[in-house]
Amino acid sequence: MTSPLQQKIKITGPSIVTANRTSDGAVIYRTAQQGWSVDLAKAAVVRTADAARALLAEAVADDLGAVGAYIAPVSIADDGAPTPGNLRERIRRNGVTIDLPVCA
Amino acid sequence: MYAYDEIDRAFLSERVSEFRDQVARRLSGELTEDEFKSLRLMNGVYLQLHAYMFRVAIPYGTLSSAQLRRLAAVARKYDRGYGHFTTRQNIQYNWIKLAELPDAMEELAEVGIHAIQTSGNCVRNITADQWSGVTPGEVDDPRIWAEVLRQYTTLHPEFSFLPRKFKIAITASDHDRAAIKIHDIGLKLKRNDEGRLGFEVLVGGGLGRTPFIGKTVNAFVPARDIVSYVEAVLRVYNQCGRRDNIYKARIKILVHELGAEAFARDVEAEWAQIRDSALVVDDDMVADIRSRFSYPDYQELPETPGELVRETDPHFRTWLHNSVAPHKEPGYAIVTLSLKPVGGAPGDATAEQMDAIADLADRYSFGEIRVGHEQNLALPNVAKRDLPALWRALDRIGVATPNVNLVSDIIACPGLDYCSLANARSIPVAQELTRRFADHDLAAMIGRLHINISGCINACGHHHVGHIGILGVEKNGEEFYQITIGGRADEGAVVGTLIGPAVRFTEVADVIEDIVEAYLALRARPDELFIDAVARLGVQPFKERVYATR
Repeated sequence: MTSPLQQKIKITGPSIVTANRTSDGAVIYRTAQQGWSVDLAKAAVVRTADAARALLAEAVADDLGAVGAYIAPVSIADDGAPTPGNLRERIRRNGVTIDLPVCA
Repeated sequence: MYAYDEIDRAFLSERVSEFRDQVARRLSGELTEDEFKSLRLMNGVYLQLHAYMFRVAIPYGTLSSAQLRRLAAVARKYDRGYGHFTTRQNIQYNWIKLAELPDAMEELAEVGIHAIQTSGNCVRNITADQWSGVTPGEVDDPRIWAEVLRQYTTLHPEFSFLPRKFKIAITASDHDRAAIKIHDIGLKLKRNDEGRLGFEVLVGGGLGRTPFIGKTVNAFVPARDIVSYVEAVLRVYNQCGRRDNIYKARIKILVHELGAEAFARDVEAEWAQIRDSALVVDDDMVADIRSRFSYPDYQELPETPGELVRETDPHFRTWLHNSVAPHKEPGYAIVTLSLKPVGGAPGDATAEQMDAIADLADRYSFGEIRVGHEQNLALPNVAKRDLPALWRALDRIGVATPNVNLVSDIIACPGLDYCSLANARSIPVAQELTRRFADHDLAAMIGRLHINISGCINACGHHHVGHIGILGVEKNGEEFYQITIGGRADEGAVVGTLIGPAVRFTEVADVIEDIVEAYLALRARPDELFIDAVARLGVQPFKERVYATR
C-alpha cells in the first residue's frame, strides 16, 4: 500500500491532520505542539501543500500514538476555529447522526 | 446447537492468548500498525470512523441463550450497550477499545464464540439458512455441512491468503433464505434421483462494484466429496484469481472472465486429483459432527391449540400472520423477531434486549436463537400454545414489530455514521422510510417488498438485490443515492436495474414513496407482488413516475 507520504498532496484550502488514537480508536487531531488532541479547535491548521506534508510526516512518524493519519479539509469559523470541511469529518467530530440504541 | 469439545476450547483459549500478546506488543510499540493490521483483521478487528469495530462470527446463525447473554455482556462491559447484527450472520461492536479487546475475546471464547476469519482474505464465516433444521422440507440440516466446511477451512494454511475474501452460504430449502446466489460459493443441499445426498454448487456470485449472480458449476456433488470439491474451487481461485487489482480479485471476476463452463472444467481437473484422497468426508466424521448438534426433545402437540384460538387481540393476529412461520414439527412454529422498529437502526439490539431474548429462548425455544442475514433474529422452536405469551413478552422489549418481509423490514449497512469506507449514510435513510411506512395496514396492502441500503459500492447492505435498492454515493461533497428496482436475493436472484440519476438525501424517502405508489397503481391485482410487477412492467413506468416532476 502506498504510504500517505508517497501520495501526491494537494490541498485546496485550510487543512488539518487527523487520525485515530491507537489505544481506543478515538478521533484525534495533530496539534502545533507535535502532539494530539481530541479537540479540533486545538488542531494545527495548514494552508500549503508543503506545510501539510510536513505535518502529516510528523503525524505518521508517531506510529505508537495514532493510526491512519491523513489530511482533511476544514473551514475556518468567524472566531478563527477550524470546523470540519466535509460530512465525513463532521460525523467523525460530532459522532453519529442518529440516536444510539437504548433499552426498550 | 453445536457443542465444542476440549480441543475446540483449548484452541480458542490459545488464540485469545496469542492475540493478547499481539495487542500488548502493539501498545508497547514493538509492533507497528503495518505489522499489526493483518493480525487484528484476522481476528475481526477493524478501525472505523470513531473507534475500533469488532466483528464476531455467529456460525450458520445459531446461538444458544448463554451465548446471546454473553454477547449482551460484552456489549454492556466493553462497548456502548448494543450490538449490530450484520447481513452475514455476524454481530459487530462499534466502540470497542483495543486494550480491552483481549478481555472481550476471552469472555466470548468461554462460551464458544470467536471472531476468527471474520475479516481478511480467507474463507469468512460460513452462513446458512437461519431456519436450518426446523423448516419443513429440508433434505438435511445445512448446519452440519456448514460446520464440516468451517472446521476444514478455519486456519487452513493454503486458504489464509487468497486473492480476496471468500464467502460461502448453504441452504437446503427450495426457498433460499441464505442468499446463496450472491456468494462466492453457494451450496444447495439436495438428493439426486438415486436418493443420495449431495450439493448443487454455484460459484462466482457476489455484489460490490461488479455484481454477479452465481452460476451452477456442478449440479450434483455427492456429500462425501464436498470438501474436496470446495478445495478444488479454492485451488483454482488461488492459482488463477487476480492479485494485481483489488477490484478484480474476487472469484466472481475469474468465473466471469473464464466463463462458467471453462472454470468448471478447471475445477473438475483439479478435483480429479484430490477427490479420492483424505478429503473424502467419511460417515464417522459427519456422524460425530451431527452428534454435537443438540436437537430439542419435541413433544406431541396440537397444531391448533386452544391458547392460539382464544387469543383474539388484533395486534396479536397481525403479528401471528406476519412473523410466525411453519415448523417441521406439528404444534411448533418459527418466530422471527424484528430488529426493525419504526425509527430504529436495522439490525441493532441493546444488551437489555439480548438478555431478554435469551431468557425468552430458554422459556419458549429450548434455549436457541437464530440470526438471519436479513438482520432479524428468530426463535426456532416455539410451541404454538405459547405464542400469545411470547408475543406479549416480545412486544414489551420492542422486537414484535409485525413488519417481517414488508417495506419497513429494511436491510442496511452501518453507512457513513460508522464506516470508514462509506460515502453516504444508510441508517437515517432507513429510519425515515420506516416512519413513512409505519402504518401496518399500508405496509400489508403493499405486501412483500424488500428495501436494501448500502452506503457505498461495497454493498454490505446488498442493495443490488433489494426489490428496491438504495446506494449512497458522494457528489461534490454531498450525499446522493442511486435507486435500483427489480433485484432479488432468493432462488430467483437477479441484480436490480438503475432507474435514473441519483437523488439527494432529502429526496430518497419521497422517491421510494413514488415508486410504491406507482406499483400500487400499476399492479395487475392486489396479490401481484412488487417484484413481480417490476418483472412484468420493466423499470420505465417507475422511472417516469419518479422523474416526471424532478
